[in-house]
Amino acid sequence: MSLGFHILFAVVGIGMPLLMVIAEARWRRSGDPIDLELARRWSRGTAILFAVGAVSGTVLSFELGLLWPGFMELAGPIIGMPFSLEGFAFFTEAIFLGIYLYGWDRISPRAHLLAGIIVAISGVVSGVFVVIANAWMNAPTGFTLVDGRFTDLDPLAAMANSAAIQQVLHMTLASYAATGLAVAGIHAFLLRRDPLNAFHRRALTIGLMVGAPAALLQPLSGDISARNIAEHQPAKLAAMEALFTTQAGAPFLIGGLPDMESRSTHWGLEIPAGLSLLLHHDPKRVVTGLDSVPRADWPHVPTVHLAFQTMIALGSLMALVALWALFKLFRGHDLAADRRFLTLTALAAPMGFIAIEAGWTVTEVGRQPWIIYNVMRTSAAVTPMPGLAYTFVTFTALYFFLGVVVAWLLYTQIIRSPHEREWHRVHVPRSGGTP
Amino acid sequence: MSLTAADLLAGAILLAMTAYVLLAGADFGGGVWDLFAQGSRRERQRAVIANALGPVWEANHVWLILVVVLLFTCFPPAFSRIVIALHIPLTLILIGIVLRGSAFIFRSYGGQDSLAQRRWGRVFAISSLVTPLLLGVGVGAVAAGRVQRPSGEGFVADFVAPWLTPFAASVGGFTLALFAFLAAVYLTNETCETELREDFRRRALWSGGGVFVMALVTLVLAWQGAPLVWNGLVTAPGAMPFHLAVGVTATIALGALWQRRWRVARLAAVAQVSGILWGWALSQYPWMLPPSLSIADAAAPLITLKLTLGALGLGAIVLLPSLFYLFRIFKSKAQVKGVS
Repeated sequence: MSLGFHILFAVVGIGMPLLMVIAEARWRRSGDPIDLELARRWSRGTAILFAVGAVSGTVLSFELGLLWPGFMELAGPIIGMPFSLEGFAFFTEAIFLGIYLYGWDRISPRAHLLAGIIVAISGVVSGVFVVIANAWMNAPTGFTLVDGRFTDLDPLAAMANSAAIQQVLHMTLASYAATGLAVAGIHAFLLRRDPLNAFHRRALTIGLMVGAPAALLQPLSGDISARNIAEHQPAKLAAMEALFTTQAGAPFLIGGLPDMESRSTHWGLEIPAGLSLLLHHDPKRVVTGLDSVPRADWPHVPTVHLAFQTMIALGSLMALVALWALFKLFRGHDLAADRRFLTLTALAAPMGFIAIEAGWTVTEVGRQPWIIYNVMRTSAAVTPMPGLAYTFVTFTALYFFLGVVVAWLLYTQIIRSPHEREWHRVHVPRSGGTP
Repeated sequence: MSLTAADLLAGAILLAMTAYVLLAGADFGGGVWDLFAQGSRRERQRAVIANALGPVWEANHVWLILVVVLLFTCFPPAFSRIVIALHIPLTLILIGIVLRGSAFIFRSYGGQDSLAQRRWGRVFAISSLVTPLLLGVGVGAVAAGRVQRPSGEGFVADFVAPWLTPFAASVGGFTLALFAFLAAVYLTNETCETELREDFRRRALWSGGGVFVMALVTLVLAWQGAPLVWNGLVTAPGAMPFHLAVGVTATIALGALWQRRWRVARLAAVAQVSGILWGWALSQYPWMLPPSLSIADAAAPLITLKLTLGALGLGAIVLLPSLFYLFRIFKSKAQVKGVS
């Protein structure tokens, strides 16, 4: 739960500094006050989200232990490494964000921009290390298991686990795609009512600059991830696709509600041999189904399948929006003049975040009942402390409350049209470009 | 006595804790003084506090994350015992940390709505008061040797009794007094306005007295209820010079405050607080969780320790210059003048 909350802030914390730095770099070059206003607003957004992300991240580092002391006692020595490195990356981010936010007129422009760049980079780096630790839970390596204890530890090999690169790539792209398109979408929504507002136009452009390329690359990295999962965690992939029986020429399932008792799926649309084709680039290849693992080792299939479908659907839509945007830009069209495009982009604003939560569900629920794949069951790791429900409810309520406040602040501080009246009507279409 | 990799890492944890107390502890103390801001200069006092915290509190806060990460990487059994036995206070600490950080940032970026700002200010201040108390309670429970494997004797025995003791409570009060004292001493260095300086000087002298009283109370309660601590403080090799050093620096700090030698006071207060922390650590060496889990027993396999030491070295290369830069920008004498 905390993770589900934290991941949203972490994602924006990775994406937002990039937007802020781009805006500042543009302002340093152009001297355009709109760019400066955007840089300042996005830096405020970064500040708010970073603070909430920092405290919720602290909660997490404790909660790993508070909830799963068994897991941490076993796994601490081996996955502590990425966490330590993450700590330093995070430290760097905190230091330079402080310098960036409060240093506008205390250090030279060049140093200030550099501080922003360091924030953006260290944000990505710390995300990378955390995802590496999670990837290890999916693909544990770097140890020998003897009598329930790890021996022959090799923390470096653990970091280089087989799931690491794919997951890191997928998550970093997701951060940029979700944040970039969310920003673009919000301003697209406002442009629908106020299409000549130069402020929102600029915000839309920078948002798309960050979001669109990432959204286009994301399906590719998803493909790499899926093939990796098929190889290393067949039960998870089978659950994602609700594939109950191992078969050659396995179909790709769209929609449908899997039934774990009867081992069949209702109301689904099957594309014959689609799954084999996607995973192995060969329609006749065999794909491992859920029947290859004992029933007790199944994750909850409907949850995993539906979450996976949600992620795929939203990801594809986002890629389409990105494709359309790039196409229009390439043709020299005026993006803000096309109401249909604005509507679709506005609809895409929340998609990235929903897709991320869905993807998170896939990788976590899909690994159940294991907390460390094929090594430790979640039930063996949980704390002996009774009454966990109270902790759970408390933190849920707290996070919900914080979420509402953050949303309100973001609206009033960042998104709302600036007061400078002259920006409302200053956009001049480039000559000859627009139809 | 030769130092092992585990000892070095325990030392690194102690250093990170020291940094956390000296920096973030003072940020908590700042919140306490925000709560007790009064008189006609109330809002100006609050502004000085907010200015002092703004650029640095997040970086200061990360020291705690470093402590936690080092603990679970290098001393997993100790971490596991702590998080089980101290589940309740730790959860409350987390809530306090979340509320303090978010309330501070919400107040800073909350726009013009002054009622909402006042409310966030209140949340920030109250959570700054409660969190140090609980942190101290946790340290007290560890020092008293009450953090052990769950005995299975029921909820109260395993999850409440370890930390609900008069001794732990007194350590909580002691921690709060220390944080408030540190903050007040630092704040005298954060402004050039004479009136505000005098306000913080009075607070520093009062809370310095509070530190002294709480130290006595804690000692008496240790003698009664925490023989481990008492013995450690009195008999550990090298304990006496430490106590002496703490006494001397405390006297210097108060004397310098009296004479309005602000920078000397700050330096002495830093030395005093570090001395107290190290004295505690020394008194329980070689135990990590006295009386049964030693640093060597709790340590992770050697390869993990070595790699972590390497990571710490690398991290320090990045971190120390960055921190130096941060504090030079915002905390140097000229900068403070520039703001006021």
